[in-house]
Amino acid sequence: MEKIEFAYPAAKRRVTKRAHVGVVGSGDMEILLEPSTTEGAHVSITTSVNGFRDTWKSIFDRFFSRFDGAASIQINDAGATPGSVLLRLEQALEVIEQ
Amino acid sequence: MSESTFVPSFVNRRSFIELDGRARAQSLLDEGTGKELVGPFDRIESPWLPMQDVAPQADDGCIVMKGRIAGNPAVVISLEGAFQGGSIGEVSGAKMTAALDLATRDSSAGIPTAAVLLLETGGVRLQEANLGLAAMAEVIASILSLRQHAPVITVVAGTVGCFGGMSLAAGVSSYVVMTREARLGLNGPEVIEQESGIEEFDASDRALIWAIHGGEQRVGMGLADALVEDSIEEIESAVRRYVLAGRPAQHRSEQVQLYRERIAAIDTSKQIDPSALREQWSVCESKGGAG
Repeated sequence: MEKIEFAYPAAKRRVTKRAHVGVVGSGDMEILLEPSTTEGAHVSITTSVNGFRDTWKSIFDRFFSRFDGAASIQINDAGATPGSVLLRLEQALEVIEQ
Repeated sequence: MSESTFVPSFVNRRSFIELDGRARAQSLLDEGTGKELVGPFDRIESPWLPMQDVAPQADDGCIVMKGRIAGNPAVVISLEGAFQGGSIGEVSGAKMTAALDLATRDSSAGIPTAAVLLLETGGVRLQEANLGLAAMAEVIASILSLRQHAPVITVVAGTVGCFGGMSLAAGVSSYVVMTREARLGLNGPEVIEQESGIEEFDASDRALIWAIHGGEQRVGMGLADALVEDSIEEIESAVRRYVLAGRPAQHRSEQVQLYRERIAAIDTSKQIDPSALREQWSVCESKGGAG
């Protein structure tokens, strides 16, 4: 198991809603997205698969190139692939932007 | 002229099995009445899983929702089968017990509150060993208290099924609803094969497994009350029916003498066959009060 943290201080747009999507099942993950309590966005990942920090970094760099919300994103991961991760993130955005 | 196309009914059916644990709970409560207790944002998660390098889940795989069913106060407790096989740990067990106890408190204060258990579980979470076992005892004790006041309805929809200690919780419930896809049993097929050998039970033989553990057999033997299709509407209507029926005159697990006699009557000198057993047991109609 590995814990990974990222900060995206440039993401400053206010987020007002929260979203919970996904399940920590094999090849899947859950996201708890809520308004950030600190400056900018913050990502905190707990994953059961070690050694993929760079991959997670690429995913979130890409995600925050399009999303500028000051969100706190917590992820519990059970081996989701990068494609699944992006789909879950899109799903969480859909919930808060409804 | 219009062309008629054959559309099989399952195409339009809204599947219950395809829903996750939270959506299952929501689907059974009256529109707009559901309120989640100790939800994921409360972050009451297992402290034991991370110590063993397993990622936890923010609700520990147990979703508790209070609301109304057919206008009556009810609590739905749903286990998420995709997280650690729906297993019961310290936290998920405590959530179940607390929800059942609150329903008992309300019921004895004059507001009968039914409980619906959506069980998709392999039983005790092995990583939490004794705490899971203790939780199982508490859950069963809490069901026994609540069922004196209000019905406890177990739904095993599948596809995980309901095994281990939680099969005992199903056993002491007032009513059990199953689909054909669901399985219910104390020991899962893999466990029986591992402990007694492949001659005793071949865990790769799906037909054998469903002939013994499957919903059709369990309902046929009178160990479960309703066999329903995998459809939200059918499961919802069965649950509503049992909520409205209230608690049965006598629970299945109270019929000790009946089951002693049935077991004594089984001829163990030859191999028992599931369909013959079903026939034998369905003769004297026993019901968990399904009425």
